[in-house]
Amino acid sequence: MTIAELRDLLDAEVLCGGELLDRDIHSACGSDMMSDVLAYVKDQAVLLTGLVNSQVIRTAEMMDMICVVFVRSKRPTFEMLTIAEDSGIAVLATKMRMYEACGTLYANGLGANHTP
Amino acid sequence: MNDALTFHFDVDGENFVSAGQASVQVKKNLRELGFPPEVIRRVSIAMYEGEINMVIHAGGGEADVDVFEDRIVIVLTDRGPGIPDIDLAMQEGYSTATDRVRSLGFGAGMGLPNMKRYTDEMRIDSTVGKGTVITMSILVNNR
Repeated sequence: MTIAELRDLLDAEVLCGGELLDRDIHSACGSDMMSDVLAYVKDQAVLLTGLVNSQVIRTAEMMDMICVVFVRSKRPTFEMLTIAEDSGIAVLATKMRMYEACGTLYANGLGANHTP
Repeated sequence: MNDALTFHFDVDGENFVSAGQASVQVKKNLRELGFPPEVIRRVSIAMYEGEINMVIHAGGGEADVDVFEDRIVIVLTDRGPGIPDIDLAMQEGYSTATDRVRSLGFGAGMGLPNMKRYTDEMRIDSTVGKGTVITMSILVNNR
């Protein structure tokens, strides 16, 4: 699916990176613990999280992710959006809670791409 | 051996928001130098974890990166409290981080094990009350 399709499925607002909406994404992960993202995630293009601080964007950048989705109507700061713009990461916000957002994407074919 | 390209960074221990800036810069530099994406990612994650550690545990420090054709060496030096029991600190899930740090998404006890996982060699030299030096090497043609 593309980031645009993800946006539609989550009824999300695009906060930055609108030019990335055509990019393909094949897997995603959901976590509020950046330590876990850094430890276990591999090749996921999208991070869904309810945590709001600049290290969320940095973590996504380190993992070569191209999209961060904030759940539960959380709003990133201007500074975070600036970092995301610089890093080529699209940032979206949805009213859905984490479970619902992840479930919706999973049910629509966006997998987790687990690697041991 | 060819001469190394070296990068030096001061890591600000007072500012959680800016933590990771050195890793971002190294990532950019390695990309420009044309290293394989997987190597760049391993270097970035290991260094980023180390940088976060320096900020949350040691009040900042210094990061030096030597880039050779066949390997990248990261040296992180701090004057923090030191690590009393390195074996314990290396255990996944063990952490001395505060609740505040945990609320920021870190402090799960994954930092050091993660740094070891993503590097080919890691050495920790630590003296309680004086500080810690962590040396990590990533081989370019490995994996």
